[in-house]
Amino acid sequence: MKSKSSYWVKTLQNGLIGGGISLLLGLVGMALAFGKTYIISGVITMGQIFILSPFLFEAFMSVRKAPSKKPSMLLLAGGLTGLVGGALLAAFVLIGEVINYRAVLVNASPNLFALLTFNLSLVTGILVLLTASLVTGLIAAGVFLLPERIKAALSQAVMVVVLLGLFRDLIVTVMLRWGVVQYVFLWMFAASGLKIIGALVIFVLIGGLAYWSKGRDRKAIALKRSPRQQQVTRWSTLGVLGLLVLLLPVILGSYFSEILDNVGIYILMGLGLNIVVGFAGLLDLGYVAFYAIGAYTLGILTTTEAVGLLHLSFWLASPIALVIAVFAGVILGLPILKMRGDYLAIVTLGFGEIIRIVVLSDWLKPLLGGSEGIQLIGKPVVGPLVLANQQQLYYLILIGIILAGFISIRLKDSHLGRSWMALREDEDVAEAMGINKVTTKLLAFAMGALFSGLGGALFATKIGSVYPQSFSFIVSINILSLIIIGGMGSIPGVFVGGLALVGLPLLLSQFADFRYMIYGAVLVIMMLMKPEGLAPEARRRLELHGEEAGPGPQNEPQAVKNNPEAPGGD
Amino acid sequence: MFKRLSIVISAIAVLGMILTACGPAASTYTCTDSIGCVKIGPTDPIHIAYLLVVAGPNAALGTDSRNGVEIAIDDAGGKILNHTVKFDGEDGGCSADGGQAAGTKLAADPTIIAVIGTSCSSEARAAEPLLSAAGFVTISSSNTAIDLTLAGNANQYPGYFRTAHNDKVQGAAAADFVYNFLGVRKAATIHDGSLYADQLQQNFAENFTKFGGTITLQTSVTIGQTDMSSVLASVASGSPELIYFPIFLPEGAFLIDQAKTTPGLENTKIMGADGLYSPDVMNTAGAAVEGFMVSSPLVQGAAYDAFVAKYVAKFGVQPINIFHAHAYDGFNIVKAAIEKVAVQEADGTLYIPRQALRDAMYATKDFQGLTGVLACGPTGDCANPIIGVYEYHAGVYPPTLIWPTQYIKP
Amino acid sequence: MLRTWRQRITITDIFVWAIGLSIAGVAIWGTISTLQQGQYPGKVWLDLSIKGLALGGVYALIAMGYTMVYGILKMINFAHSEVFMSGPFTAVFVAQALSKSGFLDRQPVISLAIISLVSMGVPTLIAILLERICYRPLRNAPRLVPLITAIGASFFLLYVFRGLYGSGSFGYPAITPLEQSWAFAGIQIYKTQVAVIIGAVVMMLVLFGIVQWTKIGKAMRAVSEDKEAAELMGINVDRIIVFTFGVGGASAGAAGVLYTLLFPVVNFYMGFFPGIKAFTAAVLGGIGNVPGAFLGAIILGLLESVGPNLFLTGLGVPSPSQLKDAIAFIVLVLILIFRPTGILGERISRDKA
Repeated sequence: MKSKSSYWVKTLQNGLIGGGISLLLGLVGMALAFGKTYIISGVITMGQIFILSPFLFEAFMSVRKAPSKKPSMLLLAGGLTGLVGGALLAAFVLIGEVINYRAVLVNASPNLFALLTFNLSLVTGILVLLTASLVTGLIAAGVFLLPERIKAALSQAVMVVVLLGLFRDLIVTVMLRWGVVQYVFLWMFAASGLKIIGALVIFVLIGGLAYWSKGRDRKAIALKRSPRQQQVTRWSTLGVLGLLVLLLPVILGSYFSEILDNVGIYILMGLGLNIVVGFAGLLDLGYVAFYAIGAYTLGILTTTEAVGLLHLSFWLASPIALVIAVFAGVILGLPILKMRGDYLAIVTLGFGEIIRIVVLSDWLKPLLGGSEGIQLIGKPVVGPLVLANQQQLYYLILIGIILAGFISIRLKDSHLGRSWMALREDEDVAEAMGINKVTTKLLAFAMGALFSGLGGALFATKIGSVYPQSFSFIVSINILSLIIIGGMGSIPGVFVGGLALVGLPLLLSQFADFRYMIYGAVLVIMMLMKPEGLAPEARRRLELHGEEAGPGPQNEPQAVKNNPEAPGGD
Repeated sequence: MFKRLSIVISAIAVLGMILTACGPAASTYTCTDSIGCVKIGPTDPIHIAYLLVVAGPNAALGTDSRNGVEIAIDDAGGKILNHTVKFDGEDGGCSADGGQAAGTKLAADPTIIAVIGTSCSSEARAAEPLLSAAGFVTISSSNTAIDLTLAGNANQYPGYFRTAHNDKVQGAAAADFVYNFLGVRKAATIHDGSLYADQLQQNFAENFTKFGGTITLQTSVTIGQTDMSSVLASVASGSPELIYFPIFLPEGAFLIDQAKTTPGLENTKIMGADGLYSPDVMNTAGAAVEGFMVSSPLVQGAAYDAFVAKYVAKFGVQPINIFHAHAYDGFNIVKAAIEKVAVQEADGTLYIPRQALRDAMYATKDFQGLTGVLACGPTGDCANPIIGVYEYHAGVYPPTLIWPTQYIKP
Repeated sequence: MLRTWRQRITITDIFVWAIGLSIAGVAIWGTISTLQQGQYPGKVWLDLSIKGLALGGVYALIAMGYTMVYGILKMINFAHSEVFMSGPFTAVFVAQALSKSGFLDRQPVISLAIISLVSMGVPTLIAILLERICYRPLRNAPRLVPLITAIGASFFLLYVFRGLYGSGSFGYPAITPLEQSWAFAGIQIYKTQVAVIIGAVVMMLVLFGIVQWTKIGKAMRAVSEDKEAAELMGINVDRIIVFTFGVGGASAGAAGVLYTLLFPVVNFYMGFFPGIKAFTAAVLGGIGNVPGAFLGAIILGLLESVGPNLFLTGLGVPSPSQLKDAIAFIVLVLILIFRPTGILGERISRDKA
């Protein structure tokens, strides 16, 4: 039974946690990195949003658990949470006047203090900070009170405004490519972020539309359509999407093609790891090994440098690279067939590191180039056309993805795919059912290695050179993160994960320093809240949350205990 | 969903057309440049970009150079030819893929006139084809790979310049010092798997052997390695008189520290390169740093001291390494070239012809910079090739110059 | 159904044995040729061995943290390497401050105590927070989930520390009383090395004592045998788990203190490789077993120091020390293939491998 006093204690705790998170964002430098990025020019920067949003979140957490639903109580709780958080920050600023943090905490610079005090003098700034945190808390409470439709409309509108402001540079770059479009939309944007009038217009439009669409019962309307109509809609959507995908490099220009190429290679490798981890349940942390093998094989076979063998063309060399990658997959898979779970993970990590150490070593320098890597790698030549720039390579990578996606989809529902899933669920039972563990596991590794090797080959030809520094453990983590985010075993999930985890940091360069911190946090948060990923397959979702349902009422306490609470809530 | 989107777009379009102002005015200048001209309106900024390592574990390298440029911009009053300088850029990540990504982004921006960068030679090899094709001028403060300014080499592109010395120069100078000044006949080298260190030690070894010395061992450590006992034992078995390790912190600090405790190396001289010319060496190697030597470009004098003072005042930390001085000079060379070739109109509009800019930069001569009197060669080498060797003493920073003797002030 | 040994051996077994034997063969051949070449006098091997023992001592303390958590929760605490890093990386600022004010020279013992306190306190705190936030909610989740959470937590901590303190390296001030050395058999044995080895042994005895002879140790062993049964016996499982993490964290912190005596430079990624090697050591000795972790760590430390020169110089491999990490990983793989329970192994790990 929650007594009132323990609720208020909880509220205070939430406030302190909010303040702590905000302080952390400031001290690691994320708030500062975005300090100059205006969302609404002259009004609010992304840095300030980073500082204030923990208060919003924590206030929301407090208000959610309020014992009574009276508006005054909710507002009090929300405001209090925000205020306490703001007080923590204020205390930090005040103590900072006496103690020099900067000797230890590199980001506790004058810029940070300016950000926290909104570029005003000390006393005024602290007052504004406290007011802002209080108001943020009140807003959270207020939003909680609003009816469902307005809440949805409001949040969608705010999100769109923030996104547009954040991506202003990229949107403007694309618009400037197509002269006509810019006259239509450019007026909304200022030198950094949206103009106030632009923000207002977007807010009203999106908010209004969201409100209006929430009111309509979309499902009922959709059901009313005839099957023929539905089919037509589906095919035309697919057609438009397909056309869009084919024309993207042309529409968006070279910089975006570069990003799309990188995202594409990661998606390709993600599809491969998806088979190993997602379908077969073998946690492979050394996936980068096959990437390296594919890249280096292509490099050695096509380069015109001294270290090259054979000097083949890209089209001849890549199948060889793929075969060697698959071979490596089998060789590396054989010794670890008996291992499971954590041990498998560490051993594959070891393999990945061994490959990296070997390609970097002086020992194999005459063969693999050592620290100098391999340069002058051949580009694919199609008739008279050399696929040299990003836009052209995009199509090659697209073909690779389509191939990998097609193979994955077909395998998933095949006998082999089902064997993998059986293996994933319970190895012993699977073996008892007659599945040959050895060949099934080896095939999983082989397929994973195939796609990774292909990714490596495309990477090598895109950059034109390979250096050992590109093949560290962090690449494996990258790929693992993106299939986890999207949902292990889910093929659309790989695309979602790739766009989110590889595309976003490339698009927003301010994230560069914090990329892996965010990956780590996202992995933890996803595992705690939504382990099946963002775009999971139905079976998975059932698996991970279906456990809580369990048979019989005596499992009810278990279900409650298992329910992943957000960190800081409880 | 699509329907919603189309309504939004149409609404914004209508509003936009209502609010759009009139088009631009006509101009009187016609561009005859072979690459093209950049038009800078009366109130527009001059866009100079950077492609440096400013994120990730090597961020100190690029940030240092960027800081140097910011001071140069301050010294110029924030303007060139009365136009504000807009200075922003991309992180190169000290890798070829990072360089390619950053290079693509910069190349897609036609307002950029010059790029200060890159930090690492691997970035340069990937980025320079793109930047050169876009017509930019690139000037690097820390690329040391020889092929980037080697005539006829596949990696040498038009429009590329550097104020940093290349490895041939530094390797030869270090070998000269070690053989002729110190009188050492047996030396060993250690690199750390990075392109820079490997090429530099290779150069040193070749030159040292040409002088007549013997290289007892060329070996390496890995980045992140802390226990140097096995590598030092290998080196000790050859009994060298000097160990040359042109690497970075913290591996360099560990070598300095642990060399003293390795049997056989107690009295061996140790020497590094500009990666170890840094105040952090004092903090990390402790008392063992006594007698440790580094080679580094000769940067001295009142102008440099004034620069350091400004650096500390603006950024709150001592400058790291020496590349900030190269970056400072690099910016100023670009500025001088822009001032030379820009065409100004009465209303303040500026036209900068790109090929002419490049030609002006190639023609740079007798340029007084922080790093010495600079002149640019036909392949883009603008560096002052005088390398100095400095010696550390415990508790004293910066290290004292011990060679070439003619530059040592009494 | 009984099968003859000929029927039981599969192709994979043959293949794996072939690889294992060839690796062992290469190592032996290399050793023999190195010793024949005689490039290194005996005192060099002695010196390398002492350094290897000291290094092993550090790994032992980290490994004991891994092994205790694995024994209780059956999961690898991937983030333990960052727990290890947090101690010395925070304490370095305390040490630098003490040194600058001169307190370090005046009162070296007290200073060392303060530094050790910080260096052990921070990791304990972080370990306990980790357990509370990341691992407790996932106690009953399928295998992969807590493992991935651990990986995520590891990276998160790594980059948070980088964000807080920067990516540079920081040095520990020298502690003059510990600088001296003794001459022995042609080499110098440094006080720091002796301190590390003794410190590791002491910590190992303390931890072993806690696990074997105290009530709470008994509870820990009970929980690691069977969590549900222990709970039924009235043991507060949550508290025991928190205690285990805390002790593991303190052990990692102590490892940090000793580590900085040997390698007085810290930076944000200093935990990654020692973490993996310590885990290798724990597996080598038998996971879940404190003396096993110690033994495994000593062996691994020796292998790392002596190994590259011993095995590879004879084979003419240039820059053998570049491959020292590879040696550690190969050892890990071989152990997991041929003796997954480790040297002092327990049956518990049989179903893991």
